[in-house]
Amino acid sequence: MFARLLYQSFLRQRRRKLLAGVAVALGVGVATAMIAVATDIGDKINRELRTFGANIVIYSKVADLDVEVGGRNLTPANDGAYLNESDLPRIKGTFWTHNIIGFAPLLPVTVKTQAGDVQLVGTYFDKHLKLGTQEFTTGMKQTNPWWKVSGEWPKDDSRDVLVGESLAAKLGVKAGDNFTVETGHAPSLHVTGIVSADQATNNQIVAPLALAQEILGRPGAVRRVLLSALTKPEDDLARRNPDTMSPEMHDRWYCSPYANSIAFQMEEAIPGAKAEQIRQVAQNEGTVLSRISGLMLLLAAAALLAAALAVSAAMATTIFERRGEIGLMKAMGAGKAMVAAMFMAEAAVLAILGGAVGFGIGALLAQQLGRMVFSSTIQVHAVLLPIVLGIAMAVTFAGSAASIRRAMKLEPAIVLRGDA
Amino acid sequence: MTPLAKKRKQAGHQQSMFLRMIWRAALVRRGRALTALLAVAVAAGVTTTLLNLYVDAQAKLRTEFRNYGANVVVVAPDGSSLPTDALSKVESVIGSRGMAVPVAYAVAKVGGTPVVVVGTDLERAKQMNKWWDLSGTIKVTVTSSSTAPDTPTPGPVPAIFGIRAQQALVPNSQGLVSKSGVVPLVFDGRMLQVANAQWVKTGAAEDNRIYLDLPDFTKWTGVQPSTIEIAVSGSTEEINATMEQLTQALNPPTPKAGEGGAPIEVRPVRQIQEGEARVLGKTRGALLGSTALVIIVAALCVLATLMSWVLDRRRDFAVMKALGASEALLQRFFAAEAALIGALGSIAGFLVGIGAAAWIGRVNFHSPVVPRFGVFPEVLIGGVLVALLSAIVPISFLRGIQPAVILRGE
Repeated sequence: MFARLLYQSFLRQRRRKLLAGVAVALGVGVATAMIAVATDIGDKINRELRTFGANIVIYSKVADLDVEVGGRNLTPANDGAYLNESDLPRIKGTFWTHNIIGFAPLLPVTVKTQAGDVQLVGTYFDKHLKLGTQEFTTGMKQTNPWWKVSGEWPKDDSRDVLVGESLAAKLGVKAGDNFTVETGHAPSLHVTGIVSADQATNNQIVAPLALAQEILGRPGAVRRVLLSALTKPEDDLARRNPDTMSPEMHDRWYCSPYANSIAFQMEEAIPGAKAEQIRQVAQNEGTVLSRISGLMLLLAAAALLAAALAVSAAMATTIFERRGEIGLMKAMGAGKAMVAAMFMAEAAVLAILGGAVGFGIGALLAQQLGRMVFSSTIQVHAVLLPIVLGIAMAVTFAGSAASIRRAMKLEPAIVLRGDA
Repeated sequence: MTPLAKKRKQAGHQQSMFLRMIWRAALVRRGRALTALLAVAVAAGVTTTLLNLYVDAQAKLRTEFRNYGANVVVVAPDGSSLPTDALSKVESVIGSRGMAVPVAYAVAKVGGTPVVVVGTDLERAKQMNKWWDLSGTIKVTVTSSSTAPDTPTPGPVPAIFGIRAQQALVPNSQGLVSKSGVVPLVFDGRMLQVANAQWVKTGAAEDNRIYLDLPDFTKWTGVQPSTIEIAVSGSTEEINATMEQLTQALNPPTPKAGEGGAPIEVRPVRQIQEGEARVLGKTRGALLGSTALVIIVAALCVLATLMSWVLDRRRDFAVMKALGASEALLQRFFAAEAALIGALGSIAGFLVGIGAAAWIGRVNFHSPVVPRFGVFPEVLIGGVLVALLSAIVPISFLRGIQPAVILRGE
């Protein structure tokens, strides 16, 4: 009988129930989408923040002071001050292999040109490397995505170079030109592009690492490595000195992707290396990230609240107009509990059907938004479904509760006479 | 009574009747009217909040990005320094929108080791480069060369040492510095005693350098600033315009144009500007997407609620029609009612939304959000339009139905 009542109620009030269902579905849809976006935005923005470039630098423990001004290097040469190029793939072999977006070695060499002494920096552009079975490409394209190259990027195993824009103006070279530097080997260099970057780079030549090593006469030498990694913003634990931590705390610190702990593991991975966070990039990430995620979270909360109110309003209307029915049910001997159960069941059916449809809509919306804004999908986890359905149920109940209570207070006789 | 006056009186009656009907409709079914009003108010509130935040959050985020430091740099031509009035020119262009720090470089020697010494406005440099990890606040008893210009042997001037410079140069430092960490710097045959007052760690070039206050630096080396670092906030277009203004202010057209040598360059700090533009662009996209989403859903929910409200009143509709009301009058009646609800709800929602936006701004950005009353017309018009739409659709459903059918309860 209960089931029949329920079934008939949906059958006879098709349009009304549809409207309420649509309201529930839309509310749940927007709530799902916003929750998905808010939970995923931190990760997405973290990736975008990598546009700022490397956040960790690795250099030799025994390195001398760098004496660099405006792209010129006056650093005296020192035998022990280099890292080994062959050790570099180990960077990808650490615990944080998935957090590492890329790395690029740097080897500055001073060369003579018509414009006087100029610094040539050897590096990877988009180098293909192997570590065990793992294959990956890494280089300046990943670590310094803000470099603007007009022309082509050089190949890593060639004599192609990039010339900084200020230097190019002085030398009078453009993309496609050849020019020679006066060193022992006097190689002729082919300019594939002009790079616009920071003030130092604008006055430098950027070449494949092997070429710089050849000019310097030091195969396998690397002066510094720039590393771009996805990190977790610093918190209280990250700011503590790892040497004074208890073992458990140290483990927790070691296994969190803080810039400092990643740097620490780089020192372990590469012999003779010292690694540090680049504070300008690493420190500011945290604030920007927390502001943006906070904003989206609050937005999601506002959307959730609005969805809840809209659903409640929709539910309230469906019950209010059925006073006559309630009166009839009561007159025929139905108890308050029975009437309430009837409406609650109706609300539950609406919540589950509307909620499920809404979840689907929300997942689609989130995916679409992710593709449009971040060109990658925002995943809606299945775990969210029971939570969302639970919320939908709670909200529909809450929305119905007030109207049900009011409806039950009415005297059947008054309602049926049509005076209420 | 003249026919005209009669007609006018009738019109007056009709008008007051119309108002009374609307008034009674709201009063008799208070609960229902309130529900509809609430739905509109919530939608308008959320819309107001989002529109406010969409505009304001970007401005707020831009100021956060200024923590990355300078985004524009003024560079003198190679090997020369900037004219002495350059800083004041820059400051007059950027006004209160930013901060400018002059920087001068020299390579000095400590014993045989070369080291880069930077002369700058230390206070402002610290303020601009908030990521500098500064430690040590050793008070140096300064008989600074700037305060006692005629002292033959000037006492040590305070300096900020980069952490690696400190480890390499300060005697017996071993990572920590003794209070008497005084280092003799030699530039061009002139010696200056600098005291290690503070040390800075950044993980970048700063670690290898020694920072002096600009007057001390210039007095010692005679080198004038060659660079001005500028942190200025604003949209990409605003910053480009500022850079254009700076170029013009710093390179005034002289009668001897063409002979003046290379011009002073105003360059973007690409790393900072590109990063900021990209992250802000994505955030704006996400904000816009969510805003559009929530507003559309809010509008649909209002539509659903108001439609069911109008459908509920089939009976009123039928009675009015049976009593001789014309199709047009009925439409006007329901439309007026809906518009009224739309307007009232929008106003209430707008006020709530302004409050909510201010709250979110305070919680997330720790600074109040200036309410943007400019979005009020949009919210009001949107609210009324949606309400009208939700009245017109069901009425057109009901139009074809005979009142008798409704009144009989079918």
